[in-house]
Amino acid sequence: MLNQTPLWKYFLVILVVGMCALYASPNLYGEDHAVQISASKNAVIDETTLDKVNKELAAANISAKQVEFDDGQILVRLTDSDSQLIAREKIEKSLGEDYVVAMNLAPDTPEWLEALGGVPMKLGLDLRGGVHFLMEVDMKSAMAKSYEDMVGDFRTALREEKIRYRTVKQVSDGVDIYFRDQDTLDKADFFLKNRNRDLVFTEKNDLILSVTMSEQKLKETRDYAVKQNITIIRNRVNQLGVAEPTVQKQGPDRIVVQLPGIQDTAKAKEILNATATLEYREVDIEHDVNDAINGRVPAGSELLPYEKTGRPQLLKKRVIVKGSAIIDANSGVDQNGMPKVSISLDSKGGAQMLNFTKRAVGKPMAVVFIEYKTTGERDADDKLVFEEKRRVISVATIQGVFSNQFETTGLDSPKEAHDLALLLRAGALIAPVQIIEERTVGPSLGQENIDLGMQAIIWGFVAVLIFMLVYYKKFGFVANVALSLNLVMIVGIMSMIPGATLSLPGMAGIVLTVGMAVDANVLIFERIREEIADGRSPQQAIHHGYDSAFSTILDANITTFLVGLILFAIGTGPIKGFSITLMIGICTSMFTAIIVTRAIVNAWWGGKRLTKLSI
Amino acid sequence: MQILNMKEVVAFMSLKKTAAALSILLILGSIASLAVNQLNWGLDFTGGTQIEVGYQQAADLEVIRKQLEASDFKDAVVQNFGSSQDVLIRLASREGVKPSELGDAALKVLREADATAEMRGSSYVSSSVGEELTEQGGLAMLVALLCILIYVALRFEWRFALGSVAALTHDVIITLGLFSVFQLEFDLTVLAAVLAVIGYSLNDTIVVCDRIRENFRKIRKGEPEEIINTSLTQTLNRTIVTSLTTILVLLALFFLGGATIHGFATALLFGVVIGTYSSIYVASLVALTLGISKEDLMPTEIEKEGADQDAVV
Repeated sequence: MLNQTPLWKYFLVILVVGMCALYASPNLYGEDHAVQISASKNAVIDETTLDKVNKELAAANISAKQVEFDDGQILVRLTDSDSQLIAREKIEKSLGEDYVVAMNLAPDTPEWLEALGGVPMKLGLDLRGGVHFLMEVDMKSAMAKSYEDMVGDFRTALREEKIRYRTVKQVSDGVDIYFRDQDTLDKADFFLKNRNRDLVFTEKNDLILSVTMSEQKLKETRDYAVKQNITIIRNRVNQLGVAEPTVQKQGPDRIVVQLPGIQDTAKAKEILNATATLEYREVDIEHDVNDAINGRVPAGSELLPYEKTGRPQLLKKRVIVKGSAIIDANSGVDQNGMPKVSISLDSKGGAQMLNFTKRAVGKPMAVVFIEYKTTGERDADDKLVFEEKRRVISVATIQGVFSNQFETTGLDSPKEAHDLALLLRAGALIAPVQIIEERTVGPSLGQENIDLGMQAIIWGFVAVLIFMLVYYKKFGFVANVALSLNLVMIVGIMSMIPGATLSLPGMAGIVLTVGMAVDANVLIFERIREEIADGRSPQQAIHHGYDSAFSTILDANITTFLVGLILFAIGTGPIKGFSITLMIGICTSMFTAIIVTRAIVNAWWGGKRLTKLSI
Repeated sequence: MQILNMKEVVAFMSLKKTAAALSILLILGSIASLAVNQLNWGLDFTGGTQIEVGYQQAADLEVIRKQLEASDFKDAVVQNFGSSQDVLIRLASREGVKPSELGDAALKVLREADATAEMRGSSYVSSSVGEELTEQGGLAMLVALLCILIYVALRFEWRFALGSVAALTHDVIITLGLFSVFQLEFDLTVLAAVLAVIGYSLNDTIVVCDRIRENFRKIRKGEPEEIINTSLTQTLNRTIVTSLTTILVLLALFFLGGATIHGFATALLFGVVIGTYSSIYVASLVALTLGISKEDLMPTEIEKEGADQDAVV
């Protein structure tokens, strides 16, 4: 018999639609403006912290919707963004800098749904407000710094090997080494080639050996400069009190920083541009630390906090090697499987280290990390006041004499090694970054955008529903059910895909899909009408209508999907957002317009004796 | 209910000369306007400046907008920023004025009205980013057209492929022409809209091409022109209904979507109208002019093994 849908297909439809509806449902619960409090390394969150927070809120006359305390962090849910702003400020002041107080939009999803992995759609910055920075790493200075290191390295290497050169010069794309005669040049060429396999050596006339980087090495150097900057920016973003910051590489030399909910861009920029350095210093073992703690700090030494033990360290003021000498620092494991950090210094730093270690075997050496943190105050020029913060991040005993290559072992965990390597790299920023794009959306505009977008979707949707019902009657009703399910499915899938964010152009994409999704049904229904006009029976008309419209729908949708795919591949930002919703919309509309409507049509009319169709 | 109840085949192709003339006129007009007026590129493409202004008291955004508008800062977007005292103003860049000076000029205007206004910071989109975006957008369009050309050529026939790409190019140029003639701001969302127009118009064109192919195979007698007329008549209802529903939602976007999405809705509304026209006239006209015939669209027969032998029992 014609127009029968097998039972499994009904189940499939119900299953797919049900899944999407389930995952779309968290969006119904909305989000709360919240303040999220977490502790940094040397603090814990407990009942007393909770009391403090509650007291602060009461003092500021803010009534919180809910104050949750679990997973070692406190979440204060508030009614609006204004009280969120004030609450964050007050709590931050009262708790001090050992706590990270961040503004957040906390989904109000019920627990059972959360347990199933149900989360609302992530909103783009244009909808929730925030700052977007696009930063470009200054590759010119990154390369210049590498060439500078090469110059020093070659000088030392050639001298050690007793190969006489006239001069080593840094040029725009590498290094030139000048020699007095051909023999020495050949010798140097052979020696350096073996030593530096990732460099390209070419002999120029006039006894000049020209050294450039191989493509591979160039790429590595560039990648390294970008990675290093990302590490540093991530560290600094934490100071800003943003709950879900994004710091990502984009293209070969760019970094995207997205800070949702941030309002003071000037502060954000200043903090992101602040510098951090580090120093290797000798630990003062001649004097007693306890005496120093009690106030008798010897001249030439100073007390600095050390997070790992909680006890301050007494360090000599003289610096052994500055952080700018660090070329690379990587965490790994040594031959015993213990975590370690391998460090390389440039030639100058290597020489300084050699000088020091020659006379200091068996003595402890410390790494001091220097950061510039804002005090939150502003000076006369309205610039943020930055305060130098010094802290010891590592203390290690010198086991032997070394120069530019060494390892720090005896670390507690791979995580500690990883963190130390990150900090060491952060202290030696080789390439500065520049903001080349900045976009800010205030929370008020974000909310306005959401409201307007929702209104457009609702009205457009209602208009189409009415039109279809009037034009295609009962079949129009079927198409409307499919269209509604389509909307639910788009929202459900958008919520399920972790990387998908809904932006204003994305909302426009949804509206457009609503308009275009009915196209498949229009095609089918017009076909059915034609078949009836040709004198076929209603059942046959339905059957042929669906069959012959199918290939048309498929072709039309595949080509539109192609366009969406190209937009996704080439576009950035808003274009990407639009293309994601467009592509998802095409897939779901094919499913709802063909499979879902067919199932409903078959269940309604299939196998019945019909003389007329309500179409 | 039916919008058009057609018993007779509409002789669309009898108007082919008028249609061709109209299309060529529109395209030439658009190109001329694009060459002379160019596009009114938005901040996304030109790069530009954005300033943050702080007031002592809560700022009235309407008043600020008026102040700026009176001083020729036409496209300034004014919004609250952080608190009600802080105002963020985005200025479209103006030729001959440095981005930094533009911000100062706008601030001066605001200061004349309210002396307490102070610059709290300024930000910008660098022109290199804008240039890249322009390149990227152009590239996206070209790649999209090329992919469509290949897909349609493989799935249908090269004449249809050229026809659809001609129709899409036609739509894109004329939509850009509209933005150029009326000097509407062309920003990133408008670019997305133009690309969506490609998608929409293509959808339409494929439906028509599909029907033409089907009819070439089904109808034994008939000149190509008659068959195309029949196909266009048969799909006319669908074309109108789909355009109508799409236009309905676009109208909702246009009137309710807010300023940010206004350009997007304008481009798509116009694009849908043009796209509907082009799928009727441009694509099929190009295919017809290129000499599409029955033989080109017959499915390639697959020779079955043993088909020419007598059946053996």
